[in-house]
Amino acid sequence: MIELKYEAPETVKAAVKLLSAGRGAKVFAGGTDLIVQMKEEMIEPALLVDIKKIGETREIEINKNDIRIGAAVTGAEIGENKKLNAMLPGLVEAVQLIGSDQVQGRATVGGNLCNASPAADSVPAMIAAGAKAVIAGPKGKRTIAVEKLLTGPGKTGLKKGEFAVALVLPRPAKKSGDAYLRFIPRTEMDIAVVGAGIALTLNKDGTCKSARLALGAVAPTAQLVPAASKILVGNKLDDDVLAALADVASAACKPIDDKRGTIDFRTKVAGVLACRAAKIAWERAEKS
Amino acid sequence: MSKHLVTATINGDEVDFTCHADQTLLEVLREDLQMTGTKNGCGSGDCGACTVILNGRPVNACLVLGAELDGAKIETIEGMGKGNELHPLQQKFLDHAALQCGICTPGFLTMAKALLDRNPDPTETEVRFALAGNLCRCTGYDKIVRAVIDAAADMRANQS
Repeated sequence: MIELKYEAPETVKAAVKLLSAGRGAKVFAGGTDLIVQMKEEMIEPALLVDIKKIGETREIEINKNDIRIGAAVTGAEIGENKKLNAMLPGLVEAVQLIGSDQVQGRATVGGNLCNASPAADSVPAMIAAGAKAVIAGPKGKRTIAVEKLLTGPGKTGLKKGEFAVALVLPRPAKKSGDAYLRFIPRTEMDIAVVGAGIALTLNKDGTCKSARLALGAVAPTAQLVPAASKILVGNKLDDDVLAALADVASAACKPIDDKRGTIDFRTKVAGVLACRAAKIAWERAEKS
Repeated sequence: MSKHLVTATINGDEVDFTCHADQTLLEVLREDLQMTGTKNGCGSGDCGACTVILNGRPVNACLVLGAELDGAKIETIEGMGKGNELHPLQQKFLDHAALQCGICTPGFLTMAKALLDRNPDPTETEVRFALAGNLCRCTGYDKIVRAVIDAAADMRANQS
């Protein structure tokens, strides 16, 4: 057995250097997935690179045009941020659905993204909100849309030496709203059987100007449903539009059959949740 | 095997300890510091038996590494009462018979304290949500919830 090492660099550059050197280095942020995976011997890293001491991974910045959330910002910190709650309530709700209060005190947005669970609650909400991940690596920084970073269950396009430093989201325009809903068999503390996140902006005449729907737990990765944007843009949320939205959401599903939900069930529920989330986001947009 | 030297504040006292990179806070507390009040339940962050307050936030000690705690402030069940005087939450757990086997109790008490530190007047729903990460197979939870609400009322009355 290799002896595990622990390092807590204070700069992005130092973290990249540690992650690039040798084999078996893992990024350590909240640890709520990582430590469990280590205990279950799913992974056996040689080095943990704790990114929590790097200032830019721990900050929430609300700028004129964008919002930057450090990768190691915890769920509890996001839940307490009043501005984020006002601007992106759907994203905040999605983050806050992850685990108990104890888990919220540790679990990070960067971790939820990079662990790449198809059922990760915050990810559809991030995708809907147009989030991009800022990735640091040996060749400097790059920015990639969240939906493009995910490549499969537990897999991302992060290359050796790379790690997510932050998420950058466009600051929502006026008349914007977002929402995230998930189906679970109990009321709390469970893993999504289906998750649906949506963010939209309305025109002055009350029609939809732009919209992004993303689904979780119905495919190998959380995914954007581009067809949903076409259904919504230019329209109001009447029964015909909702029916068409449900159809495209269901059509985008490629789920697995397991004890948590059958293919038929997940496919149907994705349509239902897409419509319910759209109604909530719409109401929020009208009030904003 | 190289060890990390960590200086942290535990229940108000500065404590030095050494640990390996793979040692959790729970292991450091129970095995090295002989502070066995914090219980080991599932070891995967599901049961809340090992809840401690880290830098003001409740966390599962089984999902925190000892090596990351240099300069951290940690509160455990051992620091809850003052000498022989029980914390109001501890007293109310006794009054309401909010425990049977007791394994989950330190975690529930610590989590309840973390809740009341932030929200001295929680609704029943808020108490139930805050305690959702703590599992108890004996009580059926109702007595625990009542004990927390009662303790909160007492603590508010004693403050005003």
